[in-house]
Amino acid sequence: MKSLSKLSQRTWWIVGGVLVVVAAILPLLNISIPGVLPGATYTPGTLQLLALALLFASLALSYHLLFGTAGMLSFGHALYFALGAYGLGIVLHETELTLLPALGLTLAIVITAAYLLGSLSLRVTGISFAMVTLAFAQAGNVLVRRNPGLTGGEEGLRLDTEHIPDFFIGVVNTRNLYWLALALLVVVFVVVAWFENSRAGHAVTATRENELRVRVLGLRPFGVKLMAFVIASVLASLVGMVHLLLQSGTTPRATSADFTLTILVIVVLGGVGSRWGAIVGGIIYTLLDQRLTALASSDAIDGLPAILRIPLSEPLFILGTLFILVVLFLPGGIAGAVQRLSTGTSATPSERKLLEEAE
Amino acid sequence: MSTIILLLITGLGLGALYFLVASGLSLIYGLMGVLNFAHGSFLTLGAFAGWELSRRMGGESWGTLIASMLLGMVVGAAVAAATEFLLIRRLYNRHIEQVLVTVGLALATVALFEGIWGTDPIYVTAPPWLSQTTEILGARVPNDRFLMIGAAVLVLLGIVAFLRYTRFGLIIRAGVENRSMVTALGIDVRKAFTVVFAIGGAAAGLGGVLASHYFGYVSPQLGGSLLIFAFIVTVIGGLGSLAGAAIASVVVAVLQQFANYFWGGTGDLMVVLLLAVVLLVRPTGILGKKA
Repeated sequence: MKSLSKLSQRTWWIVGGVLVVVAAILPLLNISIPGVLPGATYTPGTLQLLALALLFASLALSYHLLFGTAGMLSFGHALYFALGAYGLGIVLHETELTLLPALGLTLAIVITAAYLLGSLSLRVTGISFAMVTLAFAQAGNVLVRRNPGLTGGEEGLRLDTEHIPDFFIGVVNTRNLYWLALALLVVVFVVVAWFENSRAGHAVTATRENELRVRVLGLRPFGVKLMAFVIASVLASLVGMVHLLLQSGTTPRATSADFTLTILVIVVLGGVGSRWGAIVGGIIYTLLDQRLTALASSDAIDGLPAILRIPLSEPLFILGTLFILVVLFLPGGIAGAVQRLSTGTSATPSERKLLEEAE
Repeated sequence: MSTIILLLITGLGLGALYFLVASGLSLIYGLMGVLNFAHGSFLTLGAFAGWELSRRMGGESWGTLIASMLLGMVVGAAVAAATEFLLIRRLYNRHIEQVLVTVGLALATVALFEGIWGTDPIYVTAPPWLSQTTEILGARVPNDRFLMIGAAVLVLLGIVAFLRYTRFGLIIRAGVENRSMVTALGIDVRKAFTVVFAIGGAAAGLGGVLASHYFGYVSPQLGGSLLIFAFIVTVIGGLGSLAGAAIASVVVAVLQQFANYFWGGTGDLMVVLLLAVVLLVRPTGILGKKA
């Protein structure tokens, strides 16, 4: 077998294209995977779950750009997701704009906010950067909770469907939203791949490796880092907007630190530094989260003694434990494990290094 | 005037809580470069341990309160030391992965606490004196504030004395300054890591018991909400600086109280604004080392 790593760039793009086509015709097929999907692939419930999985994959990709490529450990990425979701929801509710202009207005707000907050937080690096982004995200969380008139407070914001095209509304049209989520994933993937292969992308990767050396070469790391930050934030906000349409609303959980940590968990599970890893991580996480929640309320768990029942009935406990085990024993996540299986080597020091450079 | 005094003392009380969390964070970061996301869980566990004890012994007596504070410290220290020994140590010098492990631990433990004690807040009982007020210059100050401030001052003095007068303290101070030099001199700095974690955990556990009296309840989310302010305090004070953490705790908490009272509940936002200003003017924090 030809090893995975030796496949050419073009082959990968072809494989990806085939996967996208397969995913695109899924709503027209009748495939059941018991234990993984709640029903056949054409049913709205399953499509909803799959669309959610695609959205988490896109979100993980946008975080991959920030953390894997640019090496910036942000704990505030959820802020931009929430800005997209709440921004679009509020604009649709408060103004008479239709979907596309509202989307444009929200994007303008997101770009401004990401530029301002990004240039402020990029004054520090490493762990301080992580804490500063966390603090800004927390401020967003407070704003959302404290202004129930605008954001719906703890209850969350319901989508105002008055100005939304009919083909995005209702359970019957879930597959349109599924296709929208798929299209978004493709767009995010292309943008991330394009940025990584651009001059700015190379500069930002070089900055991750050795910032001092980039400076010595006469480049200014700040500009490209800010660019990566803004692009990642905009992509996250787009995911937030589609998420708002898909879920017909949004909740304060989207602004919470836990949500950013979830994205981080996905990226690390999938494999830091790998675009495919981020996508696979997003999809596996969503399905796992759904299945674990179903498992938690199942009879099999209910019958167990308390010492087993309590941990197993908490999906986050299982995910958190899984996460610790991956970090400890599976550096490089799923993507790294696949790579090792295909090349037959054991854990390479370079995977460990990749994580460390992300400081 | 009385309002200002009340806000000031309440702010000091809240600052005391922040300090109990931030001191451990700052010490751990200073020595090991680890940002400990699980610190909030140490605090929550300490708070629950204290509550379980006072539930069994009757929460009204002073003996119970002191016993629960001690128990909180012991539990916090034990869990923190175990975390360092079992998880952090395996990833020696890999800072990002150490952070990730603590993130996973925080997610898992909060979920576990929710499974054990439920998601709803549990109200705590305290000696009656704590819920009464004392009049100072016309301000009626709730007595529990004095308990917070006293405990935090004792912890601050205790840590300072430990760092200054013991051999371990010497190693820790030297390690914060230059870890590779200490290792090169043939001193096993890793023992100091466990000790620092245990001290931080003890302070957090004590903070948990006190926080449960300050807010009047314990919940699995107690640690997480305090942790974020503790992070902000550590950045403003300067990562790795104990004195910086102490000053910043007071500044942040007092600012928060005043903003909440005079500018209509904007305390949390003011704190983030302060953080932004500090970063613009002085990115290393008030007493931070030059990065």
